[in-house]
Amino acid sequence: MIKAPHPILTAFTATLRRDLLLAARRPGDMLNPLVFYLIAITLIPLGLGPESELLAQLAPGMLWVMALLATLLALDGLFRSDFDDGSLEQLLISPQLLYFSVLAKVFAHWLVTGLPVTLLAPFLGLTLGLPSPAYWALCGSLLLGTASMSLVGAMGAALTVSLRRGGLLLSLIVMPLYIPLLIFGADVVQNAALGDSIRMQLSVLGAFLAMALALAPLAIAGALQISIDAG
Amino acid sequence: MSTPLLELRELSCERDQRPLFSALNLRCYAGEAVQILGPNGSGKTTLLRTLAGLCREYRGQILCNGVELGRAGLAHRQNLLFVGHRPGIKSGLTPRENLNWYLALNGCTAATDIDRALDAVGLSAYTDVPCAQLSAGQLRRVALARLHLSDAPPVWILDEPFTAIDRAGVADLEALMARHTAAGGLVILSSHQDLALRGLRRVDLLDYPPQWLEPEESHFA
Repeated sequence: MIKAPHPILTAFTATLRRDLLLAARRPGDMLNPLVFYLIAITLIPLGLGPESELLAQLAPGMLWVMALLATLLALDGLFRSDFDDGSLEQLLISPQLLYFSVLAKVFAHWLVTGLPVTLLAPFLGLTLGLPSPAYWALCGSLLLGTASMSLVGAMGAALTVSLRRGGLLLSLIVMPLYIPLLIFGADVVQNAALGDSIRMQLSVLGAFLAMALALAPLAIAGALQISIDAG
Repeated sequence: MSTPLLELRELSCERDQRPLFSALNLRCYAGEAVQILGPNGSGKTTLLRTLAGLCREYRGQILCNGVELGRAGLAHRQNLLFVGHRPGIKSGLTPRENLNWYLALNGCTAATDIDRALDAVGLSAYTDVPCAQLSAGQLRRVALARLHLSDAPPVWILDEPFTAIDRAGVADLEALMARHTAAGGLVILSSHQDLALRGLRRVDLLDYPPQWLEPEESHFA
């Protein structure tokens, strides 16, 4: 074996590449949250009627709530297959800092769920008649928000991975932690639609992401160790 | 004598509040092969997972090179090659991609090494076939190809490595283990097979019967 010059970087990129490769080979898993998001948003005008003023008023909240639910949908599978086939054990006993291995997995997960949802959101905003100044705010807030949601959600996924039916428990664990994100995220879009300043709310979302980046991988690593212990 | 690579002192394990074995004392030195025996459910897998540092609920002490397992951490993991009950092979990836990830996880890069290792386990024709299309025995061989990577860590912990492996494969594997121990490695494995390894030590978990916990220590007293 030839020792790589930067073992941490090598392990990080290898795990990232592996997860992206797996996602590319099973595009169904990746499309699931996107299709959910698409269907949920297109159903809203059908349920509420086509009055554009009402829809435009509801759009910021709806776009955020549905994005949150869409990412929640994909969360359960984050560590599941790795747990089932034993790759997670290999990850845990590899001579690497677990922090970076976990970060690579969450980053890959965000790239195939959170990022596509963020990119799809403006088009769905169009169908709800979202006021034009709010589009950048929507993308920006979802970019920060989905990244935090992936990190926070991964803690729940790691805790429940050894349970056969952890789906409901996962939602219960993660939901309360998503609420601040939802409040500030939807507020960003709302304020932008009204033409107000969004700096404070975006800063809070950024601060949340920074904190999640620093602390969540540690919690995820700990939770995975507990789950493997039980499994 | 030198420090044992792995030493168990009064080790007791339980699983779901059910004691498995108690007061297991064992010293494993470099160059040894240790076979863990015991009927199904006697705790072989739990013991091996505990030694690998995956299960952390045990009483007693585990010393790696004389250092407590909990404190040895990274040093222990660098010394360790663990092939578990679940082989850790992604069915969506090819054997080559699986080994590539494994190598990178251990901080290494060597593509030629992978070809050689897969060749050694007789999978040279399957290097780029998705693992989902391989048989159970071939999957196990992919997992065991790790043992053939050059510069493999000294401590091998193998949980039922011969499952689904054909006779010729078992003979090859035994020869590999013999080479590894001769080179100063340590092999700890669980298996129900009679192995012909020279100097093999057998540890039967039935010799360390479980003792029920003291009532005040039990959660349901």
